[in-house]
Amino acid sequence: MLTREMRRETLLMYAFISPWVIGFVVFALFPILASLYYSFTDYDIIHSPQWIGLGNYKEMFADDLYWNSVMVTLKYTFISVPLQLLLAMGFALLLNQKLPFKGFFRTAMYFPSMVSGVAMSLLWYWVFNPQIGLFNYMLSWFGVKGPAWLMDPNTALYSLIIMSFWGVGGAMIIFLAGLQGVPTSLLEAARLDGAGRLSIFWHVTLPMISPVLLFQLILGVIESFQVFTQAFVMTHGGPNYSTWFYVYGLYTSAFKEYRAGYSSAMAWVLLIVVLIVTYIIMKLSNRYVYYEGGKSR
Amino acid sequence: MITSNRMQESGVWTAARSRHRVDLTRIVSFILLVIITLIMLMPLAFMVTTSFKSQRETMQYPPTLFPESLQFSNYTEIFSRLQFGTMYQNSLMIAVITVLATLLSSSLVAYGFARFRGKGRNLMFMLLLSTMMLPYPAIMIPQFVLFSKLGWVDTFLPLIVPAFFGSAYNIFLLRQFFANLPEELFDAGRMDGCTEIGMYWKIALPLSGAAMATIAIFSFIYSWNDLLTPVLYLNSADKFTLPVGMASLTSSKFRVAPWHLLMVASVLALLPIVVLFILAQKRFVEGIVLTGIK
Repeated sequence: MLTREMRRETLLMYAFISPWVIGFVVFALFPILASLYYSFTDYDIIHSPQWIGLGNYKEMFADDLYWNSVMVTLKYTFISVPLQLLLAMGFALLLNQKLPFKGFFRTAMYFPSMVSGVAMSLLWYWVFNPQIGLFNYMLSWFGVKGPAWLMDPNTALYSLIIMSFWGVGGAMIIFLAGLQGVPTSLLEAARLDGAGRLSIFWHVTLPMISPVLLFQLILGVIESFQVFTQAFVMTHGGPNYSTWFYVYGLYTSAFKEYRAGYSSAMAWVLLIVVLIVTYIIMKLSNRYVYYEGGKSR
Repeated sequence: MITSNRMQESGVWTAARSRHRVDLTRIVSFILLVIITLIMLMPLAFMVTTSFKSQRETMQYPPTLFPESLQFSNYTEIFSRLQFGTMYQNSLMIAVITVLATLLSSSLVAYGFARFRGKGRNLMFMLLLSTMMLPYPAIMIPQFVLFSKLGWVDTFLPLIVPAFFGSAYNIFLLRQFFANLPEELFDAGRMDGCTEIGMYWKIALPLSGAAMATIAIFSFIYSWNDLLTPVLYLNSADKFTLPVGMASLTSSKFRVAPWHLLMVASVLALLPIVVLFILAQKRFVEGIVLTGIK
């Protein structure tokens, strides 16, 4: 039984949220279901899809190029995301002190993270150029002869990982905000109890900001599963498929080879993997993440 | 007496030692920060100066920070070599419309979630949160099919229209913000005979300037930098956005990479972001602290 008040609230709520409800159905729910259907078909976007059952999945799991894209993406994620978080946290800790020119340092370290996208890729395309680029020039100061970076299959992926560190300013600012949100009374109490800097960090600061850390971890993983721009602009997936990222492969098979059915199968696997990874991180975090108020979710 | 004296002494000693140690940490931190900042800014500095070099000078090794002579003509060359002006306009137009649409739709939806306890609210909100994790590549093929059936390929509509339906992350942030506004304000508004839409417009929106500014800046940057969507939908050169046009600079059709043009393009592409950053720097950091957006 709905009271008058309840009915009014329900009506008003749906009136206000209707743009999102429509958007959700049209731009999320329908595409998810449609791509599930396409994934069981032979489909070139122009002609109507032909049902082929599990054909796409069988082909995909037998395809070396597919597994290569999985490995490239996982390698990138497993190396770059933890290091990015570590660097961001380190920078935030450095900045979380009384220092001269703090505002300048914060701005200077944060700004590069705004330079995402193609501009960043073009800039680093030059930085990594083996003949005239900045990177090998700087290495030469230390007497090191740098590799060919983006042009060498052994170093191309690592180049993109190094480049990703340039954007840690975003996470850094968030960690800094988290650090500044840790109550001084708590830190003071720990200090009075005779805890050292390291132990205060480990037992007070880190637990207090662990929700922020978790959120950044999830975002970082999801983001790095979707790397596209760098591969499209800087390497075209090469050399020798060493930067053939998952989404780059998905894009290529759908929009260059017109195998939209096959790509939809790839899309669905990506969707499920993102869900599983998020779930695992959340589960693991129950053990380690501290939520204020003592209730862990 | 002796013991208390000794205690005092050792206390003084520890204090002095810890002050000394703190100073040392701060000095080391300062030096580290200087080095990190230099490394972070170096590529940007080279980007700006290389954009003024002649093509011949960009090919020299070692790279020089300061150009022999300033080639301002690079900045006109890019407009004649690529349809840079058109692309710039396209990108700007799309970004501005996207920002306005996102602000309007996301705040309306957020208001609905924050202010009313309707039936099924929790379920709807869970759905909203779950779409935050939905990877765009997972849904782009059916979206493409949909938009091409509507005849929207090679138009800006696929880049703009979705923004009118709110974006999950922004809705989530604004909802938190609206939910924390004091109830008394709305009671007073109701007393004055304000409608719900009136209260949204006259009470909730004016009070959320910092959050809205942050969302505006980040949706601008997102739209400005987006490559995948325009690559899918835009085919003719006069429809290209800046990222699409710039990406073509690394293609193999150039025998030698036109480094000076690459850098000019990057500098010009960064310009609106720098302007936004300078204009809103204080708001920026406030907003980030407030909302937790990257």
